[in-house]
Amino acid sequence: MAKYLLLKHYRGAPEAVNCVPMDQWKPEEITAHVQYMNDFAARLQETGEFVDGQALAPEGTWVRYDGEGRPPVTDGPFAETKDLIAGWMVIDVDSYERAVELAGELSAAPGKDGEPIHEWLELRPFLTEPPTITQ
Amino acid sequence: MTAPIDEALLRSLMPSVLAILVRRGADFAAAEDAVQEALIEAVRVWPDAPPQDAKGWLITVAWRRYLDHSRAEAARRRREDRVDEEPPPGPAPSADDTLQLYFLCAHPSLTPSSAVALTLRAVGGLTTRQIAQAYLVPEATMAQRISRAKRTVSDIGASPAPGAPPGRRLGEKPRARGRFDQPGDVATVLRVLYLVFNEGYSGDIDLAAEAIRLTRQLAAAIDHPEVAGLLALMLLHHARRDARTAPDGSLVPLAEQDRTRWDTRLIAEGIGILQAALARDRLGEFQAQAAIAALHADAPTAEETDWVQIVEWYDELTRLTDNPVVRLNRAVAVGEADGPRAGLAALAELDPSLPRHAAAAAYLHERDGDLSTAARLYAEAAHKATNLAERDHLTRQAARLNTDRSH
Repeated sequence: MAKYLLLKHYRGAPEAVNCVPMDQWKPEEITAHVQYMNDFAARLQETGEFVDGQALAPEGTWVRYDGEGRPPVTDGPFAETKDLIAGWMVIDVDSYERAVELAGELSAAPGKDGEPIHEWLELRPFLTEPPTITQ
Repeated sequence: MTAPIDEALLRSLMPSVLAILVRRGADFAAAEDAVQEALIEAVRVWPDAPPQDAKGWLITVAWRRYLDHSRAEAARRRREDRVDEEPPPGPAPSADDTLQLYFLCAHPSLTPSSAVALTLRAVGGLTTRQIAQAYLVPEATMAQRISRAKRTVSDIGASPAPGAPPGRRLGEKPRARGRFDQPGDVATVLRVLYLVFNEGYSGDIDLAAEAIRLTRQLAAAIDHPEVAGLLALMLLHHARRDARTAPDGSLVPLAEQDRTRWDTRLIAEGIGILQAALARDRLGEFQAQAAIAALHADAPTAEETDWVQIVEWYDELTRLTDNPVVRLNRAVAVGEADGPRAGLAALAELDPSLPRHAAAAAYLHERDGDLSTAARLYAEAAHKATNLAERDHLTRQAARLNTDRSH
């Protein structure tokens, strides 16, 4: 029982095998891609392994504290950052091996010409509660 | 006037009620649903009309629900009812029924997380929502996990036992699905209960207390030294729970715990149970782990800990399990018994990629006076920690040494 974050990047991940921007796909290829993602989430719900999935807008803002009594400073959109998160899925699985298997499936989502994108996904374990018995 | 519901009593009746339904021939998954419905009904009705015989009431209501559902099911499928109207009298429910329920819910064909969820629901009587909250997953996800687990368990009952002749003989009653006809392995049940005790989140449901309750119930149903060993282990660790965390939630290591905050009643109970189990001379890993916990619990101060005996118990554990994590803990104990150099020598024989290897090395180097190495290893250990409280603790250790050295 361990939770993992599957991170999908707009930018910052190593280049995918089938790396064609989505706006150059055929409309039905986009539909097939979206369907694959939905089916994947639905399947995880059925196996009792789904926790959460969200997509993020590609544009955001940097914000930081600017001292007592002053409004926070904002900057952005962060056009020049190397790493840009597109969205995530959180899964709750029995093992690391299972998490890798699922990430592999998600990375096989079809892209241009209906071929798998082979997109790199980042797999990050959640920190847990400490176990009671350690010694 | 309405009487408050005794929820603990209600939940303690759950396994035997479910076991009776299954023994009467009910399919496991359907029976489990029916028992949950009966519990909900009890919570609704009992405050105004408390029953004379709580268990009898639950059995009657659950059986009725089960019949209603199977009739509806049968009608849908346009075939005859699978169950008799009148329940067969059958033998009185026994501890064996409860035991078989534990075995089913911990069946090796279930994944650990499914076995845990099913045990908490079918044996523990928790609702799906409570279990979902305890493991921080959506209720729908937990509902699916449980319902798949129930189907798996029902199918186990449906498949013929190995070596059984095909078909059934004339005059023989149809084989009910989900029947208790396969012997279980106590070890699988203990692993599930250990997981419930040791893993989970601190939400509304106290999983550690729940694990202890379920292990007590198991110990009452079966006379087995390892069940007693696990119960003792849980009690001895539970006794120290309040002392393990500071008010801000940070971890307090064993040596620094305020021992006056340990629960002496739980410690006495745990030690009593352990001694009775050890006297039977059928040592197992849970008894050995409990013995180590008992030696810690027995020491009035950290300095008075009997590390020599603890090392001996780790040797026993290594012999029983040959688990590398045990060897790692043993190396730390050797460091306490024979000095940090001896501990480091024992550690040097182990794979550095073991969990907590860097943390153990950091501790032993600090005790050996090599503070810069210790600080570096604490930082490394923090980086590798798999839980937040431990990471923060290790980071603080590194920071403490680095601050001391810079002054």
